[in-house]
Amino acid sequence: MSWCEYPGYLFGSEVFQNYGCRMASGLWVTFELVVISVAIGFVLALGLAIARLYGPRWAKAAINGYTTFFRGTPLLCQLFLVYYGLGQFRLFWQDVGLWWFFREPFYCALLTFTVNTAAYQAEILRGAIQSIPRGQFEGAMALGLHRWSTLRLVIMPQAMILALRPLGNELIVMIKASAIASLVTLFDLMGATRLAFARSFDLTIYLYAALIYLLLVEVIRRVWDRLELRLTRHMALR
Amino acid sequence: MFDKLALLGFGDGGWGLALLQGAGITIAIALATLPFGLLLGLIVALGKRSENIVLRWLATVYTTVFRGVPELLTLYIIYFGIQIVLQKAWVSLGLPGNFSMPPFVAGMVALGVVLSAFSSEVWVGALNSIQKGQREAAAALGLSKGQAFRLVVFPQLIRVALPGLGNNWMVLLKETSLVSVITLPDIMFITTRANVATKEPFLFFGAAMLIYLFFSLISAWGVGRLEIRANRGFAAFGGATR
Repeated sequence: MSWCEYPGYLFGSEVFQNYGCRMASGLWVTFELVVISVAIGFVLALGLAIARLYGPRWAKAAINGYTTFFRGTPLLCQLFLVYYGLGQFRLFWQDVGLWWFFREPFYCALLTFTVNTAAYQAEILRGAIQSIPRGQFEGAMALGLHRWSTLRLVIMPQAMILALRPLGNELIVMIKASAIASLVTLFDLMGATRLAFARSFDLTIYLYAALIYLLLVEVIRRVWDRLELRLTRHMALR
Repeated sequence: MFDKLALLGFGDGGWGLALLQGAGITIAIALATLPFGLLLGLIVALGKRSENIVLRWLATVYTTVFRGVPELLTLYIIYFGIQIVLQKAWVSLGLPGNFSMPPFVAGMVALGVVLSAFSSEVWVGALNSIQKGQREAAAALGLSKGQAFRLVVFPQLIRVALPGLGNNWMVLLKETSLVSVITLPDIMFITTRANVATKEPFLFFGAAMLIYLFFSLISAWGVGRLEIRANRGFAAFGGATR
């Protein structure tokens, strides 16, 4: 018996045992999707938040439009627009040599999730930076710090602590939202579970999947709580 | 390019009317879910603050589960689960034929349960912000516990909870797109069907995006107006003081 069949065996569930390995590889797909998109999204969001606050007026307007658009529409719709909608222009993508990217549901989901989470994270970071008191900027200026140095050495370390909790929430939201990747034929945890249900008509497999998601989210929530405690240990009243 | 736009129109072969109906279904399920989810959320919040340890524990488990499980999975479990349970009950009652779960009800229950889990957090925060003195004063005036909640606490609660609940509404509006997978003919369902029929996915999913965006912008405006109204009398929040 391979290791991924054990949980089902332990629970005494035949379906869970039979599809344990598929669900394990599905869990890995979910993991890849979320970690890569949230990480790239974070880097994008940093740039977006800073440009949104300190950039030229056109950049502010453009970033505002971007975040409003992606935060105001369902992720499912965005995913379908990228996977089916952009896939419609096959000849164009073949001409520019990008068809390998838009042909794959995995890359389409990755692109959609990245663009989506970047919009949410940009708003989180913008809020965090904006809530740093003015005096911090003025103090840094009085010390003769350059604008970039102020941002990097004075503002961002404080803003990141404020952003930590909402960023953790965003990570959890993305784990849950990644389940819709299964609707574009991707076999993530949800996709593998849907397959198992379609073949076995045993509803309990959905409950096991729910348990796995729940476990994942709870572990991340607790790790994040620890992280926050650790990063704020120098602050009073915490 | 422009001849394809006719596909979105109301003429022959146009999907305009179908899209409009889909938009109506989206709004209908969101509006039907809202009171159910918010009320359930308030009850769960009161459970979390209850003196009874079993109630507290139950409320905490409830929110942990429904905040941690993907909405899509909750939707499937409720849709198929209720179907199976009620089908068994149907047969055991000796009724003829089969029971089939209306997707609208399943969608409403699933989205409502998720909404209640998230909104209960908002309610708890708001309940904590009401000072103890308010309840004590109500008790001193001879109001019963229920009266104190209904007449003294609740009106103050709404003002504090509104931004959070507004956020819950925006999330709910977007989550309704998931009910298309249990064949409820909302915007997503109609556009998916239109895509199959016309092979114009970019046009139709783009149109769906714009409809959702329109709803989101209207909602943001509406929530903003409600907040201004709830804060009237609070100078610090932009309301006029008289």
